[in-house]
Amino acid sequence: MANTADQIFVLLKHWIVSVFPIAIQPYLGVLLSVVAIIAVFPGLFALTTVIERKGLGRMQNRIGPNRTGPYGILQPIADGIKSLTKEDIVPTSADAVVHFMAPLVLVVAVFMGFAVLPMGRNMQLVDMDAGLLFFFAIGASTELSIFMAGWSSRNKYSLLGAMRAVAQMISYEVPLLMSSVVIVMITGSLSLVKIVDAQNQYTWGLPHWYIFTPWGCAAFVMFCVAGTAETNRSPFDLPEGESELVAGYFTEYSGFKFALFFLGEYLGMFSISGLGATLFLGGWSAPLQVLNFVPSWIWFFSKVMLSIVVLIWIRGTLPRLRQDQLMNFAWKFVLPMTLLNLLVAAIWRFMGDGILRWIVCSAILLGVYVVVGTVEMRRKKYGPRSYRYAE
Amino acid sequence: MNVVFWILAVITVLGGLMAVTLKNTVHCALALTVAFAGLALLFLQLDAQFAGFAQVLVYIGAVAILVVFAILLTRGSETPSEGVLSHTWFAGLLIAAAVFAVLAWAVLKSTAVLQHETAAPSVSVQQIGSALMGRYVLPLEIVALLLTAAMLGAVMVALHEKGEQK
Amino acid sequence: MLGEGILKGLKETARNALGSYVSKERLTTVEYPEERLTLPEASRNFPFLVYDGTDWESGLRCVACQICEKECPPKCIYIEKSKDKKPDAVGKAQFYPAKFDIDISVCMSCQICVEVCPFEAIKMNTEFELSTDNRFGGLLLDRKELALSNEYYHQIHPTEASEVDGRLAAERAAAEAKAKAAAAAAAAKAAAPPAAKPAAPALNPAAAPANTSAVPASEIPSGPTAKNPTGTPTSAATAPPAVQNNVINADAPRAPETDGAKPDAPSAITKKEGDAS
Repeated sequence: MANTADQIFVLLKHWIVSVFPIAIQPYLGVLLSVVAIIAVFPGLFALTTVIERKGLGRMQNRIGPNRTGPYGILQPIADGIKSLTKEDIVPTSADAVVHFMAPLVLVVAVFMGFAVLPMGRNMQLVDMDAGLLFFFAIGASTELSIFMAGWSSRNKYSLLGAMRAVAQMISYEVPLLMSSVVIVMITGSLSLVKIVDAQNQYTWGLPHWYIFTPWGCAAFVMFCVAGTAETNRSPFDLPEGESELVAGYFTEYSGFKFALFFLGEYLGMFSISGLGATLFLGGWSAPLQVLNFVPSWIWFFSKVMLSIVVLIWIRGTLPRLRQDQLMNFAWKFVLPMTLLNLLVAAIWRFMGDGILRWIVCSAILLGVYVVVGTVEMRRKKYGPRSYRYAE
Repeated sequence: MNVVFWILAVITVLGGLMAVTLKNTVHCALALTVAFAGLALLFLQLDAQFAGFAQVLVYIGAVAILVVFAILLTRGSETPSEGVLSHTWFAGLLIAAAVFAVLAWAVLKSTAVLQHETAAPSVSVQQIGSALMGRYVLPLEIVALLLTAAMLGAVMVALHEKGEQK
Repeated sequence: MLGEGILKGLKETARNALGSYVSKERLTTVEYPEERLTLPEASRNFPFLVYDGTDWESGLRCVACQICEKECPPKCIYIEKSKDKKPDAVGKAQFYPAKFDIDISVCMSCQICVEVCPFEAIKMNTEFELSTDNRFGGLLLDRKELALSNEYYHQIHPTEASEVDGRLAAERAAAEAKAKAAAAAAAAKAAAPPAAKPAAPALNPAAAPANTSAVPASEIPSGPTAKNPTGTPTSAATAPPAVQNNVINADAPRAPETDGAKPDAPSAITKKEGDAS
């Protein structure tokens, strides 16, 4: 019974596919999975917009939208209708072809990232040998679409926003990759399915999730930081900062194209959260062995939604980082810490089982973090600021 | 599978041709990106997963961005006047055709060796990793040293300029 | 330690978010139009005309003196006097406004009309939900729309309304006392020569605003008798200085003086009048 609930979508797909002739069955299977992904994630996107607005509202001592439907649930429908019926303005001197292609490239690239995430037992679209590499490769393509959007608008501020966004995304891609490489090192495979399988074991009822190891915890924190920066999400949302650059690289977009950018950004958030859940939080495995009767896809989506809630929480709390602060942070703090993490993970692996490796690894990581932190904070002389002007 | 190969081939070649004949430099860069994507898909079609994804990650994710930045930060970003093709389009086409001819001759010459091909070997990432760390560790280290030197050089050049201005 | 500030911030935001469900101070939203904030007592928006009693036409305090029309900075008040008279708030027969229009799209809520009105007839309303879809006359309020009862005035400005009521009651009392004194004087006049008459206009009550009413009040009992040729010119003569007195004494606190005007303190009062003029 539990197994049926767990595999219900897989069984459903097999049943639908079996109705059709053998020749087209593989294609139909793939098509069904694709349609499912295209249906589920934008639905989650709609839910997330409401949760975000209400959550941010509550954090700011106000109610979020509550007039459209009970508790504002129908707000995304209203937003959707609005963005569909708005006039699609393209500036005269804008590069029409590139202007049109930019949101398409973004949405396509982001949707492709969902292909390798295992959303439940046997519920990934493709089980690729180099799944993680595919995910990061596709993530790198989103930067190109942002640049296309900024350049084709023929607007100085859009271009500035696009350059900043691309610089930020490139800077944070390295820590993102490095913090995931630790997982690959320990698991021994790039395939996301195998990574989840490796975490699906239990000792005394507690799971073997990588976040419960010292190097995994550090890597998770850095992954979160880098992931937030990758998706241009507050506090790293300078490229789209409303107070600085109007809307940054999507200033000149209106109507449905703007909605597509919005969709692309939120889907990017989902895919990074999904990847984080897969790599560090055990994907679709349950937190305690006794809870295995709950279907695996419920665990995966709960972890993703939890990450989204934390992202919204962070958005409501932290002020925006300035561009140079952002870049300094990436190259001077996060990247060296990821390299150190690699070293610590190697030490963990070669020390063998036992309590000693826990102590040593935690000590190294915490020690370095505290030392670097205090040194950096003492170095910043909090006084009147001295300015350096461009020559 | 043949159909897929022809479609990808057309995309790649078209991308390459547009990259040498278009007037607007940024359009050329984007066409080059399309050619890179076509190449990556060709790799994937040959079941070389690692090569394909590495192509996307490195070429489209980094090299294309670099090319575009270089164009933007120099005078190539000035938007040209009317016209789709650059005024040197014929020369560009000729040179591209010449290079293609040379490479095609070289490849076809070697088909005599590749007459009896079997199924494409499927190489897993693990095998690539073992090979890199085993047989090819020296080239790997040299490439790493080269990249470090390049980065240090870039930093030094930038510092030197700033030092001069001061 | 590095990162401590972020955690403190996260804790504070979480307290805000979760506290907004339980405590009122962490959710400051007032859901208009289902809920409304209570306006402070001194708030004001646009003027309205006060009427006493239940019939707005006969209880209207305004006597169409047109002072507010003249003093209004953007000139948004338009008054047309009536042809006949009716008794006003203190009982004297006065003109009343046949037309009293205020254009609230012009009115700037400066309250000058309220300050200059000698009859406590125009006061500030707090009503702000005045939007209308009649583009051409919707914001031009006429006499009927402007007339609101004294009970309503008590509702919106309780302290002010009580003060005003007190003053008007005092005036009425002074007027009645005046009437009684005038009646007694008239009775005495019937018996004695008209030597008391020049003293009558000088006899001025502490309630200086009752000046104009004091003099006409003396007319009422003598109305049915022959018209006093001296009565009207004196009232006209004393009217302007009396009005001045009104204006000057308008912003002086009148509460202590409202404990019943005593007609038997003429010396102190005339001295006051001498000071004023």
